[in-house]
Amino acid sequence: MLRDRTAIVGIGQTRFAKHLEESEKALACRAVLAALDDAGIEPHEVDALASYTMEETDEVELAKAIGAGDVTFFSRIGFGGGGSCATVAHLAMAVATGQASVGVAWRSRKRGSGKRPWTNTTQQLPTPAQWTRPFGLLRPADEIAMLARRYMHEYGATRDHLFNVALACRNRANQNPDAIMYDRPLTRELYMDARWISEPLCLYDNCLETDGALACVVVSAERARDCRQRPVYIHSVAQGLPAQHHGMVNYWNDDPLTGPAWTAARQLWKTADFGPGDVDVAQIYDAFTPLIPLSLEGYGFCGRGEGAAFTEGGALELGGRLPINTGGGGLSEGYVHGFNLINEGVKQLRGISTAQVPDAATCLVTAGEGVPTSAVLLRV
Amino acid sequence: MDTLTAEGLLLPWPDDDGEPFWAYARQGELRVQACAECGRLRFPPRPCCPHCGSFTDEWQLMSGRGRLWSYVVAHPPLLPAYAERAPYPVAVVELEEDPHIRLVGTLTGSVRRPNAPWNSVPPQRLRIGAPVQAVFQAVTPEVTVVRWALCGG
Repeated sequence: MLRDRTAIVGIGQTRFAKHLEESEKALACRAVLAALDDAGIEPHEVDALASYTMEETDEVELAKAIGAGDVTFFSRIGFGGGGSCATVAHLAMAVATGQASVGVAWRSRKRGSGKRPWTNTTQQLPTPAQWTRPFGLLRPADEIAMLARRYMHEYGATRDHLFNVALACRNRANQNPDAIMYDRPLTRELYMDARWISEPLCLYDNCLETDGALACVVVSAERARDCRQRPVYIHSVAQGLPAQHHGMVNYWNDDPLTGPAWTAARQLWKTADFGPGDVDVAQIYDAFTPLIPLSLEGYGFCGRGEGAAFTEGGALELGGRLPINTGGGGLSEGYVHGFNLINEGVKQLRGISTAQVPDAATCLVTAGEGVPTSAVLLRV
Repeated sequence: MDTLTAEGLLLPWPDDDGEPFWAYARQGELRVQACAECGRLRFPPRPCCPHCGSFTDEWQLMSGRGRLWSYVVAHPPLLPAYAERAPYPVAVVELEEDPHIRLVGTLTGSVRRPNAPWNSVPPQRLRIGAPVQAVFQAVTPEVTVVRWALCGG
């Protein structure tokens, strides 16, 4: 069992913006060096690297730029945003099994100023594309909107429920000076009058398009006690690729609304000492608002079809039943493929979040739902 | 191989497993891959049966009858040719023969109008569960796609 044998001891990030001048590689190096500095660990001690696909900077480029030592473990997890938490999971496994001693995970991305991946017409996209893209189901927003409409139909969810998600994230961003939407409050009127992107999803149901980079450092629990910061222990980890799953176009199985979260959750809780009711704060991947009710169900905070109702009565706000995405999340802090959710989880457990949950001792962080995913359970 | 129609719409890029679907569509037939051993339908096509492991398959003719499982209405930002057609609905249709076999497609108001514009069906007319019928539209001399006509339209 991995249970608390490793810890996150350093976090780093660049500024988030619609446009940053520096290259993705330079941003990656800045985030990694900031995380190592936060931990008080020298770059030459780094011997493990983990990243996830759609990352432009490879291990060779990063290692030689930051001055890493001999690297004995490197891993790149598939499926973009579904791999964010798996980076921490792979480093924890590598450190716990003696394959390495100092692991760095990172994500650098220029989706604010760079191209939207779905606009590419010259490169073959994954296999299912032949069954969806020619018919105008072009973007991730369309693919998730299709599941969202079915979810609303089956379980009586409404746009107000999706608004609850967007609002909770925006309210937390309004407390976080580093968030892109720090000074931009959201109201129900703004939400309901917003332009459509893919009905039933409007502008505010979609994450931001952001330039930025983040990183974190994983070491053993023993080493963690000598580091500069309070250790945040990696309590349990999981990846999830369900039987007969088809990625974001998950239209071809018995229950398309039961996604990878359910698979990851079963493994996560099986290897944990506590359950969903003991989670103080959660950072749930929010590329699109409907992923939140789906993930709340998948990770066991409520039953099948109850995720939308769960968001009522301020449940996701500070002081609510389960405060989420306390830095603002992908919807309102910045969309850096979910890595900001990992670092925010660490901030909560260090007690330094800009929207601190009092005495937070446990935090769930999830990666992208709707694609092969991953999750980590953190504790102090 | 062309990746776009003359109008700028994406063409399907079949993989080895999907190629028969498109070949049958060119003949005006909706066929779905089935296991030649255990008979189970599967979609999207793949090399072997996830139920029994057989690598032999057959392509079964479908009636073309189905129901709307879900739909979206896409608005810009979109690729230019798609933005010209927006807002347009796109549906996922479950087939009568097996509701777990679902196909994505654009909509037309009538089986008699397979070439109707994408935005010819007002979204207010759409209801999950509504009956639809497959129709075939040749988008280039080599490529025919399946669209869905609202029944009783």
